[in-house]
Amino acid sequence: MSNVMTVKDLCLWYGSAQALKDINIEIEERSITALIGPSGCGKSTFLKSLNRMNDLIAGVRITGKVCYRRHNIFDADIDVNELRRSIGMVFQKPNPFPMSIYDNIAYGPRTHGIKNKAKLDDIVEHSLRGAAIWEEVKDRLKKSALGLSGGQQQRICIARALAVEPDVLLMDEPTSALDPISTSKIEELAMELKDKYTIIIVTHNMQQAVRISDNTAFFLLGDLIEYGNTEKMFEQPKDKRTEDYITGRFG
Amino acid sequence: MKNRKRLMENAIHGIFLVLGLITVGCVLLITVYLVISGIPAIRKIGVLKFLFGKKWASTAAQPQYGILPFILTSIYGTAGAIVLGVPVGFLTAVYLSKIAPPKVKTVIETAVSLLAGIPSVVYGLVGMMVLVPGIRTLFHIPDGASLFAAIIVLAIMILPSIIKVSLTALEAVPKEYEDASLALGATPVETYFRVSVPAAKSGIAAAVVLGVGRAIGEAMAIMMVAGNAPNMPKVFQSVRFLTTAVASEMSYAADGSIQKQALFSIALVLFLFIMLINAVLNFFLKHSKE
Amino acid sequence: MQKQSISAKRKAYITVMRVLMGISVSVTCALVLFLIGYVLWKGLPNVSWELLTTKPSYLSDRIGILPDILNTVYIVLATLALVLPLGVGAAIYLTEYAKNKKLVELIEYTAETLSGIPSIIYGLVGMLFFCQFFGMKTSLLAGAFTLVIMNLPTVMRTTQESLKTVPQSYREGAFGLGAGKWRVIYTVVFPGCIEGVITGCILSVGRILGESAALLFTAGFAHALNGIFEGLGSAGATLTVALYVYAKENGEFGIAFAIAAILMILTMFINLSAALVSRYFKKRRNV
Repeated sequence: MSNVMTVKDLCLWYGSAQALKDINIEIEERSITALIGPSGCGKSTFLKSLNRMNDLIAGVRITGKVCYRRHNIFDADIDVNELRRSIGMVFQKPNPFPMSIYDNIAYGPRTHGIKNKAKLDDIVEHSLRGAAIWEEVKDRLKKSALGLSGGQQQRICIARALAVEPDVLLMDEPTSALDPISTSKIEELAMELKDKYTIIIVTHNMQQAVRISDNTAFFLLGDLIEYGNTEKMFEQPKDKRTEDYITGRFG
Repeated sequence: MKNRKRLMENAIHGIFLVLGLITVGCVLLITVYLVISGIPAIRKIGVLKFLFGKKWASTAAQPQYGILPFILTSIYGTAGAIVLGVPVGFLTAVYLSKIAPPKVKTVIETAVSLLAGIPSVVYGLVGMMVLVPGIRTLFHIPDGASLFAAIIVLAIMILPSIIKVSLTALEAVPKEYEDASLALGATPVETYFRVSVPAAKSGIAAAVVLGVGRAIGEAMAIMMVAGNAPNMPKVFQSVRFLTTAVASEMSYAADGSIQKQALFSIALVLFLFIMLINAVLNFFLKHSKE
Repeated sequence: MQKQSISAKRKAYITVMRVLMGISVSVTCALVLFLIGYVLWKGLPNVSWELLTTKPSYLSDRIGILPDILNTVYIVLATLALVLPLGVGAAIYLTEYAKNKKLVELIEYTAETLSGIPSIIYGLVGMLFFCQFFGMKTSLLAGAFTLVIMNLPTVMRTTQESLKTVPQSYREGAFGLGAGKWRVIYTVVFPGCIEGVITGCILSVGRILGESAALLFTAGFAHALNGIFEGLGSAGATLTVALYVYAKENGEFGIAFAIAAILMILTMFINLSAALVSRYFKKRRNV
C-alpha cells in the first residue's frame, strides 16, 4: 500500500516549551491510524499539525516536514484552505453550526463555490448517507442541527467534513463526549469510511484503538515511542513504556 | 426580645421591598402621567386627524394639529441613521472582535466609549458649526439644517451602542464553530462572516434595535441641526422630529392650551414607539442569551 | 493534491470584506479624533480664568460660567445623594431578599424600560410631577429628582454586578454564626456594594453632565450665582444646558465651544476613572 502522508523530523514549540520532538511517521492510504498516549503527550497537537490548525495558535513554531501527496504542507506555495479541504477534521466536542442540518452540510461546498441547488441537494444527501445518518434526519433537514443528540451531532459533523470530498479525515477523540451506543455507531462508521478515506484518529480509549485501527502510534511527552501494526503492538510491544501504558500501568 | 428582633428584621425586609419596587413605581408614574396628560388633546382633535393630519400649525388663527410629519420624520431619520450607522458599527465590531491585535483593540474600544460619553449637545454644536454649513455648500441649498444633517448626527451618535452590543455578541460565539469552519477550508474572513456573524445574529439584532431606540429618542442634538420646521420629510428639507416637536414649543405654549396638551400627546406617541422598541429589544436579548 | 489556491471569486470576496472593515474602522477612529480635536481646538482658546470664575453680566457685557459650574456640582451632589440609597437598596432587595421569580423579572424589566426611555420624556414627566404636582417649580431640585429616576437603573445594575462577586460562602458563613439577615446584609453585603457604588457614581456623573433635554424643563436655564441650598431651590442651567442655550438661543458660539471643550475633558476624565476603578477591583479580587 502507498503512503498518503509522510512526516519527517517534525518538531513543534509552544513558545519555549517543546511539544513534539522529531516525529517521523508514514500514514498508509485507506487505513485507520490510531494515535494513543496519556494526556498532554502531544497526540492532539500532532493531529492538528497535519492540517495546520496549529497555525491559529499564537507563539507556535514548527520545524521539519509533513508531506501530503508529495508536497510539504508547510511550503510557502501551499494554500492552507485547499489543504484543509483535502484533510478534513472532526473535533472532540460535536460542533455543528447553529444552523439547519442542510446548511451545516452545505456550508463547505458553498464556501468552495458550489451554488447550484440540485447539486447541493445531491451533496447533502450523499454526505449524510456517507455518515450513516440520512435515514434519521431526512425529514428534518431544515431543522436546527442543535436539536439532535450528541451522537447524531457528531455524525452530522462527519457528514459536514465528507461534503467537501476530503482525502484524509482527522478525528480528535470523536467519541469522548458520547455514550457507548453512539460511540459504537461512530466506530462502525469509521470502519466503513476507510474504504474511501484515510483516517487518523486520536483516542484515549485503547479498546477503541484495538477495535478499529490498522496501525497505532504511541506518544509520550512529545516523543513518538512506537509505531506499527495495531495487533502486533498490543500483543508484543517493543518498548517497555508502551507495554506499561497499554497494560494500564500509567496514563 | 426575640419578638422585637423579628419585628426589626421584618421592618427592614419591608424597607428593601419598597426600594425594590421603586422602578416599577417609576414606570407606572411615567405611563400614567403621559396617558392622562396625552389623552385630552387627542380627544379634542380626533385620533385620525391627530395621527394622520399632514399639517401642524399650532399658532395659526385656525390651528391645525396633525403630527404625521413628525412621525414620518422620526421614522425616516431613524431609518437613515440605521442604514448609515449599522454597517459601519457592525463591521468595526467584527474587526475588533476577530482581527484586531489586543493593543489596537483596547485603544479603539477606549475611543468608542469616549464617543458614547460625549454629551449630545456637543454633537449638536459640532453638527451645527461643521455639518450644516458643509451640507449647504456641498449641495447648493439655502440652508443646511435638514433631515440629512440630522441623519448623519444620529448615525454617529448610535455608533457606540451598535459597536459595543455587537462586539459582546460576537465575542460570545464559541471558538469551536470557527475551528470547524476553518477545518473545512474556509478562510478566516469567510469564517467570521458566514459562521460567527450568523451565530451572533440575535445579539447583533439587539444592537440594531437599541440603536433604533437611541435614535428615535434623541432630542437636543437634532434640535440643533434639523431646522425644526414642521414640514413633511424630505432629505434636504428642514424637519421636526417627534422629540423636537415636544421640545421646541414646550417653553412657550400656554398652560392648559390645546397646543400644550397636544405636545403631551406627541410625547405619548413617542413613548408608545419606545415601549414597542423595548419589547422587541427584550425579545432579541432573551434569544441571544439562549 | 493539486497545488491550486482558492478561486478568484473567493479572493475577491475576502478583499472586499477586508476593505469594508478597514473603511469602517477608519471612519470610527477618524470621527473620534476629529470630534476631540475640533472641540478642543475651537474651545480651549476661549477658556479663561475670568470665564470660569465670574457670572454673566449685562452691564460689563461679559459672560462667565461660574454659576453653571456650581449648578452642575449642586445637581450632581443632590442626585447622587438620592439615587445611591435607592439604587443600592433596590439591588440588595433583588439579590438578597427577593424570592418570587416573577417579581424579580418585573423589577428587572421595568429597570430596563427606564433606561430605554428618552430623556425628553423624563423632562416632561419631571415637569408635570416634580415641578407642578409637588410644587417644586422649575428648580435644580426638581431636575435632580428627575435625574434620580433616570440614573436609578444604572446604579441598580452596577450594584447588582458587584454583589454577584461576593462569594455565597461569605453569606453562608455569617448565617452559620447565627447572624440575622440584617446583620449579614450589614457586615457582608454592604461592603460588597462598594465597587458597584463607585462605578455607579462615575457612570451617573457622566450621564448627568451630558444631560440636557430632561433638565431644560425641570431645572430651567438661569445663570444666577447661588449657594448650594439656595441654588437647589431656584432655577439654574448646568454646563450642558448652558452650552445649548448659548449656542442655540444666543449665538455665543465661542462660549459654547469653551463649555464643549470643558465637557469633553470631563468626559475623558470620567471614562478614565471608570477604567481605573474596574481595573483596581479586578486586581483586588484576583489577589
